[in-house]
Amino acid sequence: MHKLRLIARLDIKNEFVIKGIHLEGLRKIGDPIELAKKYYEDGIDEIVFMDAVASLYERNNLFHIIEKACEEVFIPITIGGGIRSIGDIEKALKAGADKIALNTQAIKTPAIVEEASRIYGSQCIVGSIESKRKDNGSWEAYVDNGREETGVDVIEWSQRLEQLGAGELMITCIDQEGTKKGFDNELIEIISAAVSIPVIASGGAGKVSHITELVSETKAGAIAIASMLHYKMSGIKEIKQGIHQAQIPIRL
Amino acid sequence: MSKAKVAVLDYGIGNVRSLTNALIKIGAEPFLTSERSLILGSDVLILPGVGAFGMGMKNLNERNLIPVIHEFVATGKPFLGICLGMQLLLEESEEFGYTKGLRLIKGKVVKMPLKSGSDVKLPHVSWNEIREPSKNRWNETFLTGTLKSSNFYFVHTFVAAPNNPEDILALTNYGGLDFCAAVQNKNVYGTQFHPEKSGELGLQMLKMFIKKSTEKNDE
Repeated sequence: MHKLRLIARLDIKNEFVIKGIHLEGLRKIGDPIELAKKYYEDGIDEIVFMDAVASLYERNNLFHIIEKACEEVFIPITIGGGIRSIGDIEKALKAGADKIALNTQAIKTPAIVEEASRIYGSQCIVGSIESKRKDNGSWEAYVDNGREETGVDVIEWSQRLEQLGAGELMITCIDQEGTKKGFDNELIEIISAAVSIPVIASGGAGKVSHITELVSETKAGAIAIASMLHYKMSGIKEIKQGIHQAQIPIRL
Repeated sequence: MSKAKVAVLDYGIGNVRSLTNALIKIGAEPFLTSERSLILGSDVLILPGVGAFGMGMKNLNERNLIPVIHEFVATGKPFLGICLGMQLLLEESEEFGYTKGLRLIKGKVVKMPLKSGSDVKLPHVSWNEIREPSKNRWNETFLTGTLKSSNFYFVHTFVAAPNNPEDILALTNYGGLDFCAAVQNKNVYGTQFHPEKSGELGLQMLKMFIKKSTEKNDE
């Protein structure tokens, strides 16, 4: 069996790691490079840097942060937020990112996923979906860091992203995000059964049992956490021990 | 002892900054280059790379790097391919149709075999343990002393399938089946995983590789 990957997600605005609830009401947490380094030293498996306001201002402002972080952080690094072109992807990879998360631009021009995965390989392209549950029980994809609705069905879109060449999917559940009340297990279960590429669940982790329940109920390959780490609710070693004790394989 | 000069082959593919950073971190002197004289003058040559096999060979070809690689290998100095760089060492790949490789290791690159009916995900994106294919295979190599429970970071869909079992340096298991995680034939080495992305144990492994390489040069 493969090992569950535990990913630290750092949402960044104006040089600071921030954290909100439902991707809103952002609060300053700390310096992204210092936090990345600390989480790396504590044994996190990967780090995702997301520019929280990039799509809004139509540019990604994290390249210099990635450049600095990867001098000290020797695990996979993903960058997302405001990546709009093959040129941006090239810049991000040169800065030291291993994977690129695409959301807003993928919705606008799905061909970018196809082109980018052909040039850089599927393993480099993470299809990022911000999902909100609708009254009728389905899920809708949002863009611009959860600000804009698109009318696109999340499950159909996840399958389309796989066809276009994405090597992984990161599903951020806006309803759960920042609540620390657990993941949207139902959605992750449906998506991870509908695609054959790895699925990263993001949004809602507040305690270890949220993670172990999700993994036992779904085929999620990775978990992105933020609040648990930022608010020092639990240490990475402690979280991993808890996962290990639940008989879920993880790198200790 | 002077720092080991490590040429990292620049052929316009993927993230190489992490690798050069890792090499600096462990006390080597890396430089990104596609220039023949610099490559041949280095102590160690590393071929990094992620992405598609065909694109990798095309980029090497366009920069006339294939003969330079062979020239370097003929000097007997250590040559290491990482991830796609390891796959390129083989004779051919079936990824997106047939593509010829560097032919330094006999065998080919195939889609990762999965058990029939298996629902494991591809690409294989995971930390995974490596093991010795036969007793004492790691003696005298940079993997000597690697503990059984050590995890390294893998991200790939295709795997190397060497013809000669002796060329397999390490094995890993995914979805119940073994695949080749590292290769070695004389001074040609390859790792399917990314030591530069595998935390402190990965750095230690790179350090051991450089140490073993320079020991040999000093002889």
